[in-house]
Amino acid sequence: MKNLMTKNFELQETWPKIKTVGLAGIIVTFSGVLTEPANRAAIAFLAAVRAMEWDEVDESNSTLVSTFLRIDLSVHRAEPIIERVKNLVDSKDWLSAPLPAGRTLWRVPTLFGTERAPQLAEAAALAGQTVEQAITDLSTTTMRVLTIGFAPGQPYLGTLPECWNLSRQTNITPNVPAGSLVTAVRQFCLFPFGTPTGWRHVGATGFLSFRPNSDRPFPLSPGDEMIFDPATEAEFLQIESTDQSGNGGAQTEVLK
Amino acid sequence: MSRNLIVRSIGPAVAVQDLGRPGFVSVGLTQGGASDPVALYEGAALLGQQPSCSVLEMAGMGGMFEATTDIRIAFSGAVMDVKIDDTLVQWNASHLLPKGSILTIGAARCGNFGYLHVGGGFATQSYLGTQGCHLSAGLGRLVERGDVLPLGCDSGCQTGFCLVPEPRFDGGKIRFVRSMQSDKFEDSTVTRFTETEFRRDPRGNRQGIRMDFEGEGFQADGQLNIVSEVTIAGDIQITGDGTPFILMHECQTTGGYPRIGTILPCDLNKVSQAPIGNFFKFELLGLEEGAAIQARANAILSGLRKSIKPLIRDVSKIQNLLSYQLISGVISAKSAPLDEG
Repeated sequence: MKNLMTKNFELQETWPKIKTVGLAGIIVTFSGVLTEPANRAAIAFLAAVRAMEWDEVDESNSTLVSTFLRIDLSVHRAEPIIERVKNLVDSKDWLSAPLPAGRTLWRVPTLFGTERAPQLAEAAALAGQTVEQAITDLSTTTMRVLTIGFAPGQPYLGTLPECWNLSRQTNITPNVPAGSLVTAVRQFCLFPFGTPTGWRHVGATGFLSFRPNSDRPFPLSPGDEMIFDPATEAEFLQIESTDQSGNGGAQTEVLK
Repeated sequence: MSRNLIVRSIGPAVAVQDLGRPGFVSVGLTQGGASDPVALYEGAALLGQQPSCSVLEMAGMGGMFEATTDIRIAFSGAVMDVKIDDTLVQWNASHLLPKGSILTIGAARCGNFGYLHVGGGFATQSYLGTQGCHLSAGLGRLVERGDVLPLGCDSGCQTGFCLVPEPRFDGGKIRFVRSMQSDKFEDSTVTRFTETEFRRDPRGNRQGIRMDFEGEGFQADGQLNIVSEVTIAGDIQITGDGTPFILMHECQTTGGYPRIGTILPCDLNKVSQAPIGNFFKFELLGLEEGAAIQARANAILSGLRKSIKPLIRDVSKIQNLLSYQLISGVISAKSAPLDEG
């Protein structure tokens, strides 16, 4: 029973928190809820951790509000690494840190609505908008890749205006196809494969976020930005019938 | 000369596997890999090669294979009935599969995942740097009847060895350490969790396995308000109704359910190999104790090559005994030659 009192490493009661994750590594969490500064902090801290090139770190990633360092804690003792992580955490106010340079802005031609994305009208109604207003909101908001996860390459994108704080639907849609743009909780997901989902299907794209046979299988990184430009049905069909790359006609520029 | 293994028939869930594909967590791809990594070390020890060699992972049932050349083979993991042509051969051992002979691997008799190892590993298509299938990510596919599996270059010559496998095929005690969300659970909930007997539920796959139990669930405080966070293989995730799900090697990279703790990698094999209905109890260790146990398990794996023994054939199991030349060539220093009497 004595072991039950062995609490995780809790170095601070306030944010950010540094904790061990099983024997698999150390995580730094910047907030208990998803906020823009906490997500930015996680992405900025990830860049800082990678720049340190610590030998013990096998790989690292950022989630919505955390930075994870995969370290084999059966090989390396946790305490000295936690100390180093803590020093890096304390070295600046990560909640006001800028996003790293060199990120990419993607402009992705998107067919909103039609039978190819049949839940646009339903989602617009839930957001209290006309379909036209909805397309304006969904296509003009610059969305950040908050994190990549769930499926390979799959981005979670935020953040839409407050009226788009829609709950997930209670019924799961059995299958939305690869390249589908879906929305819930002021976010988009862009699915790399056909998948069941509780998010509403509002747009269709030819953009695949996982391209296993390409020399760049994972085009997106956390911190990248995406704009979903409206395409006409004719433009979309043209892209669909000619694009072999999985890029779906997306244009890119490097963000300073 | 082509070095292939031809698939004459195959069980429903056989795939090329290896130790997985680390390095892709940041792009949403977990490491994946064999369900019982210990078995990969055992097979490698039996053949005197690296555990990184790819293998065939056979869930529940093997298949029938034909060699186009002499191939060194070995078996590990869940014990399956196996014969070369009409001769029964031993599991947890290495053998020579002669050119043209038929290898038949049947159903698992204990455990879930059996492994077929070949000298030099397989030389099948690589996905993102390694050959192991990651079926939930769409990398690779199950082996099908008629497949011709190319074999890697084999520089070894060792066969005819066996080993006693580490026991891991009947559930039992599973050790875990606290993880980042463990403190969201009341101490009394954690204590009750460690005192509860669980059974492996039929609901399970390469992503996760449900644990069945009787009594109240194991919910965390504020269960529904947890931000999605990193998940790793071995996480004990508590779903909305308080039921534990053990996340396995092909789990997703993030998840929104809280984790009460994380199973030591060296005990996760027991979860993947336990047949449906087997019993488990979970024991909570401190981080340092867990790390020390895992380090010892790692050391045992790297020393497995020293634990193999020459295979002694059981004469009663040799069906074509009379075809062996058991007499000619025997030399005695004391008595007269055999043909004198």
